[in-house]
Amino acid sequence: MSNGDLIQRDRTWHPPALTPDYKTSVARSPRHALLSLQNSDSELTGPTFGQGDIAEIDNDLILNYAKTGDPIGERIIVHGRVLDENARPVPNTLVEIWQANAGGRYRHKKDSYLAPIDPDFGGCGRTLTDDNGYYVFRTVKPGAYPWRNWVNNWRPAHIHFSVFGTAFAQRLITQMYFEGDPLIAKCPIVQSIPEQRAVDQLVAALDLNASLPLDSIAYKFDIVLRGRRSTFFENRPEGN
Amino acid sequence: MVQTLDYLKETASQTAGPYVHIGLVPGDAGFDIYDHELGRDIAGPKAAGTRITVTGTVTDGTGAPVKDILVEVWQANAAGIYPGKGEVEDGFRGWGRVTPDFETGVFSFETVKPGKVTGPDARPMAPHINLWLVARGINVGLNTRMYFGDEDAANAADPVLTLIEQPLRRETLIAHADGNAYHFDIRLQGAGETVFFDL
Repeated sequence: MSNGDLIQRDRTWHPPALTPDYKTSVARSPRHALLSLQNSDSELTGPTFGQGDIAEIDNDLILNYAKTGDPIGERIIVHGRVLDENARPVPNTLVEIWQANAGGRYRHKKDSYLAPIDPDFGGCGRTLTDDNGYYVFRTVKPGAYPWRNWVNNWRPAHIHFSVFGTAFAQRLITQMYFEGDPLIAKCPIVQSIPEQRAVDQLVAALDLNASLPLDSIAYKFDIVLRGRRSTFFENRPEGN
Repeated sequence: MVQTLDYLKETASQTAGPYVHIGLVPGDAGFDIYDHELGRDIAGPKAAGTRITVTGTVTDGTGAPVKDILVEVWQANAAGIYPGKGEVEDGFRGWGRVTPDFETGVFSFETVKPGKVTGPDARPMAPHINLWLVARGINVGLNTRMYFGDEDAANAADPVLTLIEQPLRRETLIAHADGNAYHFDIRLQGAGETVFFDL
């Protein structure tokens, strides 16, 4: 038994490409069917990263852009594990996050929302999972922000996550939401996901056990990447 | 009832949104935060092979350039070896991040031309660069490949290109070659729509 191809992505679980309530998807979704590919080295290999690629402070968004003091906002810890579908931890993999500040404003030259920039908050971080697949970030809880979709659309508070795994075909970008946020059910981006259980998997749970008393509140967010199929027998070559 | 399969479900994808640059290429968002940004150098200075430049534009279903796209590339070295799969030159990453000019939507990157790599059933695949596209409006990252317009024989035998039933659609994956400069436009939708893969 050896590690084989990746478990097929369940595209009824992920959002489809065309989700018209999320208006930008209308002109940015392919009309042709995807072409199914058998995995080869091109899909089963992927970039790796080491401690030399990142700095110690990169996972601390309270400190990594502090210019005059700490950023304003609800101090939170976001932590969890990166696992595969076989429930095995994914160690030493790069996790990158980005988010708005406490007022819902991004430090991006294209964001013109009237909520102010926080001079002490950049809004991005990165880290490597440890040997057990664990990661941790410290940050401030992002605010909701308005966006031009429907006239009165507001994104729930969210943190964007980018994760690698060990294969280029495991590459995943997603968004983490916060337990209890009433905007989650109203958001066309969240609701692009067909199944409620798949939405629930994007909602981080309040984690008082990991909170630091008198300092920071914690949320736990586990991420699942595609797993490898076990190959019990070699394939019979096509045509035989 | 039957036994429960104890697999986990993959975390569902969400769009990278309009501000993906903050997280993955903060210099493009207009601020410096990291000692060095990842993905800026694909091949490194010591890589063997032909140095090439790839330019192009990603357009949407209306033909407008997608100026907020982020493209990740993954490729083998000139000997057809992926990092992690065998020995590659010191500094050869094989991976990079490419963003277009915010005003024009034109992207450009430099690397070395990859060699042939082994495909399914041990058949060689023509030289190609794997691409992964994320942006606002794209709910799940789109996978495609760029092949080289000066590799006609290898392309004709490529096990992936030949999977595409319609010959005209194969052309959407082949970059126009002009010496060591290649031009590759990606169309997300409509006429000349690029082939995207379910890997």
